[in-house]
Amino acid sequence: MIFKNIRMILRELSKQKLRTMLTLFGIFWGTTSVILLLTFGIAVKASTSKTMHGMGEAICVIWSGKTSISYGGFPKGRQLSFYNDDAQYLKDQVPLIGEISPQYSRYDIAVNVGDKKQNFTINAVWPEFQDMRNMVPREGSRFINNLDMENRRRVVFIGNEVEKTMFGDTNSVGKMMLIDGIPYKVIGVIIAKEQDGSYNGRDKYAIFMPTTTYLGIYGDRYVNNLVARAKNVNQTSQMKKAIVEAMAKKYRFAPEDTQALPIWDTTEYDQFLGTFFTGFTIFLGVVGVMTLIVGGIGIANIMYVIVEERTSEIGIKRAIGAKKRVILTQYLIETFVISSVGTIAGFLFARLLIFGINKAHLDDFVGVLILNPTIAILTIIIISSITFIAGWGPAKRASTLDPVVAING
Amino acid sequence: MIKMENIRKVYNTGKVEVEALRNVDLHVKRGDFLTVIGPSGSGKSTLMNIMGCLDKPTSGNYALNGLNIKDMDDNTLSELRNKEIGFVFQNFNLLPYASTYENVEMPLLFAGVSGKIRREKVTSILNKVGLSDRMHHRPNELSGGQKQRVAIARALVNSPNIILADEPTGNLDTQSGAEIMQLFVDLWKEGNTIIMITHDPRAKEYTDNFITITDGTIQA
Ligand SMILES: Nc1ncnc2c1ncn2[C@@H]1O[C@H](COP(=O)(O)OP(=O)(O)OP(=O)(O)O)[C@@H](O)[C@H]1O
Ligand SMILES: [Mg+2]
Repeated sequence: MIFKNIRMILRELSKQKLRTMLTLFGIFWGTTSVILLLTFGIAVKASTSKTMHGMGEAICVIWSGKTSISYGGFPKGRQLSFYNDDAQYLKDQVPLIGEISPQYSRYDIAVNVGDKKQNFTINAVWPEFQDMRNMVPREGSRFINNLDMENRRRVVFIGNEVEKTMFGDTNSVGKMMLIDGIPYKVIGVIIAKEQDGSYNGRDKYAIFMPTTTYLGIYGDRYVNNLVARAKNVNQTSQMKKAIVEAMAKKYRFAPEDTQALPIWDTTEYDQFLGTFFTGFTIFLGVVGVMTLIVGGIGIANIMYVIVEERTSEIGIKRAIGAKKRVILTQYLIETFVISSVGTIAGFLFARLLIFGINKAHLDDFVGVLILNPTIAILTIIIISSITFIAGWGPAKRASTLDPVVAING
Repeated sequence: MIKMENIRKVYNTGKVEVEALRNVDLHVKRGDFLTVIGPSGSGKSTLMNIMGCLDKPTSGNYALNGLNIKDMDDNTLSELRNKEIGFVFQNFNLLPYASTYENVEMPLLFAGVSGKIRREKVTSILNKVGLSDRMHHRPNELSGGQKQRVAIARALVNSPNIILADEPTGNLDTQSGAEIMQLFVDLWKEGNTIIMITHDPRAKEYTDNFITITDGTIQA
């Protein structure tokens, strides 16, 4: 009986090609557009988030400023400077600090490799800098480590654009480069990353070396800035306060003098981003639900029109002897076939489009599209349920009517 | 074979109640050729639909082959419509997307008849109504008379005992009307019970068994 039913259904579906195609197309397109829309939204969100976090998460960049309040006998307007030992001093004084690193910077330093010559910014930092500032080394390379520090090795970690400029497309790791005429060995290259925020140039154009090596050569007395991160990122503001107090004690400025010690706290930025992304996620959700509803209504409408039209068809079948069960099985299988074929085709098409878009390298605009299985499955389930309910409900109702009533609609 | 007692049918369309049939008593014996006449809107089709188990009376008793249809469940009624009764509608009621062959085959599918026998039966009945050369046409590719013959073939294909026809010649020209009427007469002569709503005077050449309905009641 089931088998005979399926044959009858396939026959009727193929007899009513236009109707079947229209329905299938509606379901297919509904599924495709919902999946694509949500996938795009997620990709945009992910790529924006990645870009924003390129500089590192929940870090504080600390500069020395000018006092704006007279204090302890000093007039206001005094320029402060960090000394070489300040990072270590803070590390000892402020237990809330998880990692800290001084950062020395020199701009427009001549770099030579063979006959290639170009100026770059050089930085000297501690190994702790790596994790805080999101310095991810390319595979087969590394950042500055403690041994480099202890032995004052002449090694550099370079930005990917530095490598490209100085070494072309060849791998620079293990090769030498001259900085201010002094040879250094390249030990690592940063992987290409998106970075929106920066304070002294993008990391991809920078060169990093151990502070010990740097001080041996350049002998600076002052540190450009400090970078610190709290042990527990939720205690960042307490840490900032403790840092200001410790420095105020050392350099004798008013602890409430915000201009004496400017701090860029990226957690504030992260909090803003967090709010922004929550908003964006809600927006996406609303758009997704709206699309589902609009798509669902469209599909429900198609199914409903078809079944209204079919009520008389069902009446005729009942009049010539079809039992309720036969009608119900027939329309059950039919709506099932239509809804599953439509949604699965829509899903596959969405996959194909996503694949194509990723292939076309539009990732600078939308990021890499990743088909989220939960979204795909939920979309398929919701759309096929709508189709099913919209198609099956009226058919069920029609089958319970007296044949004459059904025939006359 | 058909026994109706005190049948009443009320249509409830919103505010207005239409009493389409009232106090109808009717008796039809096996092998009868009964014609039903009456003005438009008098309740003829309503009576036919109840007789064909396509609709239920509001009140009253209807016994078919000695069994009250009130006591039958939906499956039994479906089987009755499928095997016992052949119904020819006033407006054909063919499935528009199905061919002549498929329309006629459908009652056999619902009866669970096997493929080979289905083919034999459909072919022979289409021969009988003279549509062998229109098997693969759809209803909209057929003339009114041809459609009516498809409807008749569909009503007859399961060899029912009772044939109910609602103005089968009403929409036809004289020529095809005569052919259709002849078909029914042949079926009657073969021993079928026929109940036909008709204003066709030709029916009177074969039977003087008729009832007149006015305003939902049978005139004496
Ligand atoms: N589904 C319905 N709902 C409401 N009223 C109906 C319905 N079907 C029929 N009627 C009413 O019942 C009455 C009888 O209708 P019926 O179709 O039986 O007439 P008829 O004798 O067959 O007419 P005709 O010769 O025009 O076919 C009419 O007044 C009609 O308006
Ligand atoms: Mg009528």
